[in-house]
Amino acid sequence: MGPNNILSVENLTMRFGGIVAVNELSFAAQRRKITALIGPNGAGKTTVFNCITGFYKPTTGAIRLQHDDGAQFELQKLNDFRISKIGKVARTFQNIRLFPGMTALENLMVAQHNTLMKASGYTFLGLFGLPSYRKAEKEAIDLARFWLDQVNLLDRADEAAGNFPYGDQRRLEIARAMCTRPALLCLDEPAAGLNARESAALSELLLAIRDQHGTSILLIEHDMAVVMEISDHIVVLDYGVKIADAAPQAIRDDPKVIAAYLGAEDEEEAVAVMEGEI
Amino acid sequence: MDTALPDMPSTSRKIDIAFILKKSLVSALVALVLFSLMIGIRTEAGPSGQLTYWTRFGDLAMMVVAVFAGSIVIEWLRHWWGPVETIRVVPPMAEKALSLAGRLVAPALLAFTFLVPVIFYDQRYILDLGILVLTYVMLGWGLNVVVGLAGLLDLGYVAFYAVGAYSYALLATNFGLSFWICLPLAGILAAFFGVLLGFPVLRLRGDYLAIVTLAFGEIIRLVIINWQSFTGGPNGVSGIPRPSLFGIPMTAADDGFAARLGIEFSPTHRIVLLFYLILALALLTNWVTIRLRRLPIGRAWEALREDEVACRALGINTTTTKLTAFATGAMFGGFAGAFFATRQGFISPESFTFHESALVLAIVVLGGMGSQLGVALAALAMIGGFELFRGLEQFRMLVFGGAMVLLMIWRPRGLIGHRAPTVFLKDNRAISSDLVKEGR
Repeated sequence: MGPNNILSVENLTMRFGGIVAVNELSFAAQRRKITALIGPNGAGKTTVFNCITGFYKPTTGAIRLQHDDGAQFELQKLNDFRISKIGKVARTFQNIRLFPGMTALENLMVAQHNTLMKASGYTFLGLFGLPSYRKAEKEAIDLARFWLDQVNLLDRADEAAGNFPYGDQRRLEIARAMCTRPALLCLDEPAAGLNARESAALSELLLAIRDQHGTSILLIEHDMAVVMEISDHIVVLDYGVKIADAAPQAIRDDPKVIAAYLGAEDEEEAVAVMEGEI
Repeated sequence: MDTALPDMPSTSRKIDIAFILKKSLVSALVALVLFSLMIGIRTEAGPSGQLTYWTRFGDLAMMVVAVFAGSIVIEWLRHWWGPVETIRVVPPMAEKALSLAGRLVAPALLAFTFLVPVIFYDQRYILDLGILVLTYVMLGWGLNVVVGLAGLLDLGYVAFYAVGAYSYALLATNFGLSFWICLPLAGILAAFFGVLLGFPVLRLRGDYLAIVTLAFGEIIRLVIINWQSFTGGPNGVSGIPRPSLFGIPMTAADDGFAARLGIEFSPTHRIVLLFYLILALALLTNWVTIRLRRLPIGRAWEALREDEVACRALGINTTTTKLTAFATGAMFGGFAGAFFATRQGFISPESFTFHESALVLAIVVLGGMGSQLGVALAALAMIGGFELFRGLEQFRMLVFGGAMVLLMIWRPRGLIGHRAPTVFLKDNRAISSDLVKEGR
């Protein structure tokens, strides 16, 4: 893998019994870029995500990650929680997984568990409220405050996450992922269920994450308006196989992609989808 | 049932008689079907071994009428008071007074508890009851870490209570170690058993976890019964040393507590010492739990209860998080067990049946899972209330069961039905327990 790629997936295959969900998939995500993973329903996108973030162990293949400082990891060999802890890969979920009974701020504090755990001397020092832990906690609150502000939820910091409207929950989940200070952020359909205004705000947020925080983003998304607007690179999956891998403009015009998306019955409609009009 | 509810604003207090009657009639019908066999027909073996039966339709009719009348009363009360979620218009003044009273309950209760041995010095019964209640408060607080915070349904908590009790009993009788040395050892041993239980159940949740923990509680009890040479089997361990006040024995001897202070010896001194001992242990449990909740480990426990998958995605090691929850809860159970052994002076496996686990779990659920004050109130209500009904003799269980049912109707999430956030930016607002996940 070249130093420009933060993530490179090599010959990834994932079988569930007789079903091949992902077949010999290879692609790379560039550093400080937004890479989108698109494809029709059931194409295997979320399976790829689950392999990258350790929720599934791939049948064969390698997933290599390289940090800015050159540290390399083979994610398929790490336990799920270590992928986030030492691999610095954060993710969100298609069906939002917040901690509904905890406040927005608490959600973001949980995300900083490993930093705080070390600062609290693995609980023993924190139990007696040592100043060093209190300082670390204050810093954690400041980071949480920063991300709450970034996603426009600072006013609702002390409300239970389960009470938030859908769009706010999506943004809070992104903020929570960012609080782990990730090198690679994996977003599973972040724009699902958002209205046009919310989608536009989301695009802006993702671009800010890429440009201001140097975090690379891997994105699954069905909302083509969002994908085409912010992606630097697009990988298209169909039936677990990669059918295209190019810049957005090239994807838009790729007949194979159009065919996969709409069964090539109505080309005009397919084009409209790709242009983000439908 | 919800769809049958008439469409009316939640603040309205209009009583829908037809609806109430319908619901009560359904309840009465269910009762009729159930009780016609349970009460209506009584069977017994006759003198020559054949089955004889007779009918008790009078009693059956009484029960059905009682259910019908009871449902009317409950439904009417429901309409009048409304379920927990109903928005009630309370004048701001009253609301302020209520919240102030709510804040004062815990300190007032604590102050009263400190004064109990002073006020009731002559009443041995009250002191003993106080010690019993405090033991269950401590057990409830200990189990609360596992069930209320980490959301791991543990039906075998009594195992750790037993481990703590036997650790102290055996260490003290075999090696002559003092209570103050054995107490931490009992806690450590119980925590070790907590981890031992934790490992096999790491992947289990919900019903399955409950079954395995239930079995674990029974295994510990059966081992104690059958390992005669070590634990004394069903005969138990007797002659367990009483606690001393940091080396000063609470006896009538010349170097005893009373003699050293130059006051007349009284057995009540020991009871008062035990009372303050369990109070201190319970308060230690409470303090540690409150601190832990605000530390990353406590937040991780609560996050684990809310969503385990999200925890793993955030880099939290769910294995160690679960094990520490089991170990912490078990450690407090072990402390309580050591106290139990020193108070009783004699322990046997009979004291560590499933009944105890169920009682402690009921206290935690009734108190409102995760709420420290709620658990304390529930322990007081369960243990104290049970004593209160003693005059009712065989109807005690019936009254008690009825009280539980009523409580669960109005406060399905326990006495204290909200969760206090562990950290806040601007305002410390309680979270309704409707959003908080239950222990599974």
